[in-house]
Amino acid sequence: MKLRISHQTAYRYGHPTRNIVQSLRLTPSVFEGQRTQDWQIEVRGGIRGPGFRDGAGDWIEGWTVRGPSQEVVVSVRGRVETRDTAGVLRGHREMINPLAYLRDTKPTAPDDNLRDLAGSVSETADRLDLAHKLSAAVSAAIAFRPGVTESHTTAAEALKLGEGVCQDHTHALIATARLREMPARYVSGYLHSTINGEPDDAAHAWAEIHIAGLGWVGFDAANACGPDERYVRLGSGLDAQDAAPIRGISQGRGGEMMDVSVSVEELESFQQQSQSQTQS
Amino acid sequence: MNFYNEMFDGERVREPYARLSDWVATMPDDFRQMKQAEAETLFRRIGITFAVYGEGGDPDRLIPFDMMPRVFEQAEWRRLERGIKQRARALNAFLRDVYGRGEIVRAGRIPARLVYQNEAYEKAVVGVVPPRGVYSHIIGIDLVRTAKDEFFVLEDNCRTPSGVSYMLENREIMMRMFPQLFRGNRIEPVDQYPELLRRTLESVAPSKCTDRPTCVVLTPGHFNSAYYEHSFLANLMGVELVEGADLFVDGEFVYMRTTQGPKRVDVIYRRIDDPFLDPLCFRPDSMLGVPGLMDVYRSGGVSICSAPGAGVADDKAIYTFVPEMVRFYLGEEPLLNNVHTWTLWKQDDYRYVMENLADLVVKEVHGSGGYGMLVGPKASKAEVEAFRRKIEANPSNYIAQPTLSLSTCPTFVEEGIAPRHVDLRPYCLCGDRIELVPGGLTRVALREGSLVVNSSQGGGVKDTWVLSE
Repeated sequence: MKLRISHQTAYRYGHPTRNIVQSLRLTPSVFEGQRTQDWQIEVRGGIRGPGFRDGAGDWIEGWTVRGPSQEVVVSVRGRVETRDTAGVLRGHREMINPLAYLRDTKPTAPDDNLRDLAGSVSETADRLDLAHKLSAAVSAAIAFRPGVTESHTTAAEALKLGEGVCQDHTHALIATARLREMPARYVSGYLHSTINGEPDDAAHAWAEIHIAGLGWVGFDAANACGPDERYVRLGSGLDAQDAAPIRGISQGRGGEMMDVSVSVEELESFQQQSQSQTQS
Repeated sequence: MNFYNEMFDGERVREPYARLSDWVATMPDDFRQMKQAEAETLFRRIGITFAVYGEGGDPDRLIPFDMMPRVFEQAEWRRLERGIKQRARALNAFLRDVYGRGEIVRAGRIPARLVYQNEAYEKAVVGVVPPRGVYSHIIGIDLVRTAKDEFFVLEDNCRTPSGVSYMLENREIMMRMFPQLFRGNRIEPVDQYPELLRRTLESVAPSKCTDRPTCVVLTPGHFNSAYYEHSFLANLMGVELVEGADLFVDGEFVYMRTTQGPKRVDVIYRRIDDPFLDPLCFRPDSMLGVPGLMDVYRSGGVSICSAPGAGVADDKAIYTFVPEMVRFYLGEEPLLNNVHTWTLWKQDDYRYVMENLADLVVKEVHGSGGYGMLVGPKASKAEVEAFRRKIEANPSNYIAQPTLSLSTCPTFVEEGIAPRHVDLRPYCLCGDRIELVPGGLTRVALREGSLVVNSSQGGGVKDTWVLSE
């Protein structure tokens, strides 16, 4: 698939703000499933800082806006050619030992419900099969419903609610996979198209589980499927925050508003799908 | 139990203590009391009142200073020095390896789990090779002595070992109070430490730094128990003491705010823990760090001493493998002994420890400061049983060691002078060279019979002498 992506994030501050620093993980991963044709990151009024590929294989770019400024706009646009690799992250260069992804962080910390969910899938020597079943169990236990959870909702809380968005499904799947001794991580990226005609987030997240012999394999519990050519992978981490496409901070924090708009369109057919959301 | 006495061999005074022995013998009681009071006043005036790293306790409590020095002869020290430097080289080789290809794990010499699932293992620095391949620039190695030629390493401190200001102040105060002692004995100086530290820091400046490197000491602030040491070292090195808010990232570098405008910083000697270094990489709620610092670090724009993630080399589970590191990376036999350690996640070890609990010392893997530990021979039956239940609940959280017969050193006490148990923490500097000042921090367990030298558990400090040839 040839996809054109345009992603804008605007931060608005209550008062003029100085020295805004951001760490961006906004460049598509390099692996067999995707090829980036041109890609531009721009922070309005900002200075490009260090850029480097980290141990997880992600391209990281630091930006600074000296300010004073009341608004920072991060714009990303470019084209990516994708191909279905059956969810397997093949040809991705990274150095981190998968065992480092067995550790829990706050949003993925297990509770009794998560332990029960992880334990509901019977033991099998086929780890890939186990991972699929865990993903299906999470899909069944948490219904997709926007607006009921927030960015700091934990896997345990979402499971208790029985509802959530892709971030919650992903945290829950990571937690259950780790409970079954499988390294698991959070992936952020983009998604084109819809499932069963329902519109979906164009900014998206899913999980990767490490399967011995196969490597990292993607699972999208929110959509009950695996990442294919509709998915564009940006980067990974232990949880949503660790994998966040944008991490930023300004001195004199507080009173920050965020506007995000993402569009992922298919170049050949020009079927556009876009979505906007506002968060504070 | 029989303990090695640092000063006496039976009735005979050991050679390095010969002159000190006369000094003590001829010292009138009231003079000693006067001097002890004087020492305390001096310490209070300087304001050196802090707990040694991770020990907790009242940060404003004065750590008792004992006027009776602990003395090494040159040959003893040289042997120790070789062992310490060897260990420091191995620890840095290990860090370079586990943040790179992990050869020692692939070779099956250290279990992968202990490294990569270690909470101190920092995946953000995987693939980052700091200047000269050094991750831990100041290594504090805690040693105990059990016989004339027998030393054991109790633990390594690869993050930000503290207490070196005590080493310097103890010497300063001894020289001020007893100048005649320093005329009569040929004692190797330690006051070059700050200069050596600065040189070490400058030697690991990033390659992007083309001028003379600008170094700073980064402190969490004055409420930190070791703040005195932070400002003391910055002062003696002639570099700025800064807090997170004094630094900022702009483009590819880190700058310090000064009255003359921003000044680029090349090397940060940080005395704040990893999770607080950078809210964009670690804890987002940290106000102590510098936003964006890790991106600058990972792209080679600044050096951080010690490197984030250096702590993976110094926990008690990894400790048992340090002799293996020496063999694996250096192809040498370790010069310093490890204390035999039973790891309770191994079944055989577990059984042995549970059967011999009353004779052993049991520690938490991540514990420090003498808290959460059991000294079997000193504990009551009830305490041993209570500890047994803690171990049963989470065996992998514990290691056990034999109760060591720590050497004693004569120490001034209420009734005069009496033997008390001591340990030693030398500070090894790693940059373009590996260096060690002749001396260190001697900690003394002031309570009679106590084997715990931590200041939070009633420990004091002594000046540590290395005699010249």
